[in-house]
Amino acid sequence: MALLETKDLGIVFGGLKALDDVYLKVDEREIIGLIGPNGAGKTTVFNLLTGVYAPTKGAIRFCGKSIIGKKPYQINRLGIARTFQNIRLFKHLSVLDNIKVAMNQHMKYTVAEAVFRLPRYWKEEARVTEKARELLRIFNMEDTADQMAANLPYGQQRKLEILRALASHPRLLLLDEPAAGMNPTETRELMETIRQIREMFGVAILLIEHDMSLVMGVCERIYVLDYGTLIADGTPEEIRTNDKVIKAYLGG
Amino acid sequence: MDFFTQLLNGLGLGSIYALIALGYSMVYGIVQLINFAHGDIIMVGGYAIYVALSMAGMPLWLAVLVPIVVCALAGVLIERLAYQRLLTHNAERISLLITALGVSIFLQNLFMLVFGSEAKTVPPMFGSNSVELGGLSVASSTLINIVVSVVMMVILQLLVNRTKIGKAMQATSEDAGAAKLMGINTKNIIMLTFAVGSILAAVGAVLYCNTYPQIRPTMGNLLGLKAFVAAVLGGIGSIPGAMLGGYLLGVLEQLTKAYITTEVTDAVVFAILIVVLLVRPAGLMGRNRKEKV
Amino acid sequence: MGNKRGLKKKTGAYYLVNAVLTAVLFTVFFLLISGRTLNNYWSGIVVLVCINVILAVSLNLVTGILGQLVLGHAGFMLVGAYAAANFTRAFVTNGSMSLYAALPVAMLIGGLVAAVFGVVIGIPALRLKGDYLAIITLGFGEIIRVMANAEFLQPITNGAMGLSVKIFSSRTDPGAMFVFAFVVMVLVIFISYTFGRSRHGRSVISIREDEIAAEAMGVNTTYYKLFAFVLAAFIAGVAGALYAHHIGMIDPAKFDFNRSVEILIMVVLGGMGSISGSVISATVLTLLPELLRGFSDYRMLLYSVILICVMLFRPSGLLGRYEISLPKLADRLLHRKGKVEKAEKAEKTGEA
Repeated sequence: MALLETKDLGIVFGGLKALDDVYLKVDEREIIGLIGPNGAGKTTVFNLLTGVYAPTKGAIRFCGKSIIGKKPYQINRLGIARTFQNIRLFKHLSVLDNIKVAMNQHMKYTVAEAVFRLPRYWKEEARVTEKARELLRIFNMEDTADQMAANLPYGQQRKLEILRALASHPRLLLLDEPAAGMNPTETRELMETIRQIREMFGVAILLIEHDMSLVMGVCERIYVLDYGTLIADGTPEEIRTNDKVIKAYLGG
Repeated sequence: MDFFTQLLNGLGLGSIYALIALGYSMVYGIVQLINFAHGDIIMVGGYAIYVALSMAGMPLWLAVLVPIVVCALAGVLIERLAYQRLLTHNAERISLLITALGVSIFLQNLFMLVFGSEAKTVPPMFGSNSVELGGLSVASSTLINIVVSVVMMVILQLLVNRTKIGKAMQATSEDAGAAKLMGINTKNIIMLTFAVGSILAAVGAVLYCNTYPQIRPTMGNLLGLKAFVAAVLGGIGSIPGAMLGGYLLGVLEQLTKAYITTEVTDAVVFAILIVVLLVRPAGLMGRNRKEKV
Repeated sequence: MGNKRGLKKKTGAYYLVNAVLTAVLFTVFFLLISGRTLNNYWSGIVVLVCINVILAVSLNLVTGILGQLVLGHAGFMLVGAYAAANFTRAFVTNGSMSLYAALPVAMLIGGLVAAVFGVVIGIPALRLKGDYLAIITLGFGEIIRVMANAEFLQPITNGAMGLSVKIFSSRTDPGAMFVFAFVVMVLVIFISYTFGRSRHGRSVISIREDEIAAEAMGVNTTYYKLFAFVLAAFIAGVAGALYAHHIGMIDPAKFDFNRSVEILIMVVLGGMGSISGSVISATVLTLLPELLRGFSDYRMLLYSVILICVMLFRPSGLLGRYEISLPKLADRLLHRKGKVEKAEKAEKTGEA
């Protein structure tokens, strides 16, 4: 059974078909790319998968169960986590707290225990803080733990967003242009980290990216969107030589 | 026939709400501020006409110009002194809101200090006789209110849609940053918007005093709140919406008073506001803006 | 500060210092009031300060920590005040309870009734955001006030005539009201502080920071919004109960739109999200009109001018999002520079 499967997925915005007939399939521990020219509807796919928008038609199955109609927080708890194209961190919270917000669902203490600082509060907070620090170590960011998220340099903000998504224990990680604004060296590092994340957490990764070197370098399969419809899917090699894809990108 | 009389009375009251609502709506459209001091501009207008008529003894035609000038000046002065700094520094909107509340408290207490807190009676202006209209007996003030508000609305529409300044206003309200890049002096446009809104409030104040000749320093509170409700009802930021909201609110309030309850009329007014907000948050004629993810 | 145990120990020490300071403050004012060093008028002002601090801290939960603008807080206060007043009128008048025993129960009832209103209002209202939420809460607040004047509720509210409320005799026990108000105030400050630094508080703050991201990270935003809103309503109801039994006579006009604005001003002026900011500004803004009494005619003018000036030159409020902590200040003075400062910086960034 596929981890994620969409069938005939489509959404209409004000009479305009933003997406139509999108078929995606992601298996456990796969790294999949979703590419396409600007305005092709890539982020809209993410918004449908995470419940921000409700699809006009079609089906989304995650672990074999439909997730249509579920709220974004419920979908996150089922195991899909995402990052955002235009970084959406909790700017005035510390790096550590950003991660701990995502861990809220895995902590067990009541409001009363929190408010009166009963033992379970201390125990759980200590446990989660330690876990959050462990996560930070992946990107060598332990020493930023107490900084305000807004004060991080751009590259680290992108990384923090990935860590925050991982903190919610997803089985599928959606990355929306993780390499945007990074230089070639950082992009290469990111490629390595993406593979590393898959190994460490056993997650499948679906990523939107414009940087072809990253997409071709790290993805096992690629879907190509143009004007809201899928025009191709296959291995990086197949995509590289696909006529439709070349046309779409060169605007033929 | 009583129903139609009530309807006309409602429209008369609604005309005043509509004129005040326009000021809320225009200012909100351009700087996204609920200008809580706007209600007090009406109060300023009320006292201006009172001073002109009873204290300075001016002839009526001259006296009605006084609130218009005074309110326009007050509006511009408030914008310059209290809001501009925050607007240019892109401060959080809540700071702006609190400043507006501060200005409101200031104006009320200033006038309380100068004129005392008790109500003053404005001398009769345009006569208070009733007019026979198709078998209905209607107060002349009601008809004056309706006619004047419609005329003002037409003038405003012409100003906004047909003149260069009006187009600049629309552009600033759509996207202030882009408007600036296109060479529009947004600072002046904002100031102008406050002036126009205040002039409309002044006209509203004159009509109000002609209809209900009692003024006091706190009169702007409830009047302002209700006009604001009218603006939200019609869709804040929309000029025809503000007019429609004003008339609707006036009629609903009048009909509620006549047929349902007099003592909790205001609760009904706010209940209508709540229902509209829940069913159609952008108001009857407003546009819905969705956040991009 | 890698050491967790160290952190806990340090927090423990901070608790101790704060507890001692609070006890000292309490004792000083209690002695001043019960010993009649402060006259009735000023004792009343001290109690009023406590009540306003409670109100500001409760509104800060919604406006500062949740980041939603609310303009109808006085409505919850009204509901709590009338519920509590009716309870003590019934049970103290017939002699079945003393006011000392009845007041805590009355406060709880006031809080619970206000919380019920909070749920009923919050469920529809919290679907809106920003200015629209402000307007809809304003609408609800006004409806509550207008209805309290209505004929059919006269048996409970006595309408605009006002309802007389049981109070402690200032002759036999001038300190009683202060004790109640102070204890509730300390409890409210403590709860709101610890709440903000728990997983629940973090979830609420994450909604303020970015609602879409919060929801995408598994935060049930609808639940936490309502929770913060209802908690604030509950506390406002308790404050209303205290207020009623402090002034002894309540009428709906005391809980109008202007009252809501007054509380909001306290929160914004202190710095949204800062508890210590709310405490300081509620204290100052309650005392300010009294201190300006010498200029009696001009005091409200001055008040508004000060308000406008603070907003113009410090739009994020006096403290912004920062917290002032007395033990930490003391710590800094003792240790001077170095480690402590660094640790403190770290603490601050985590605060909301």
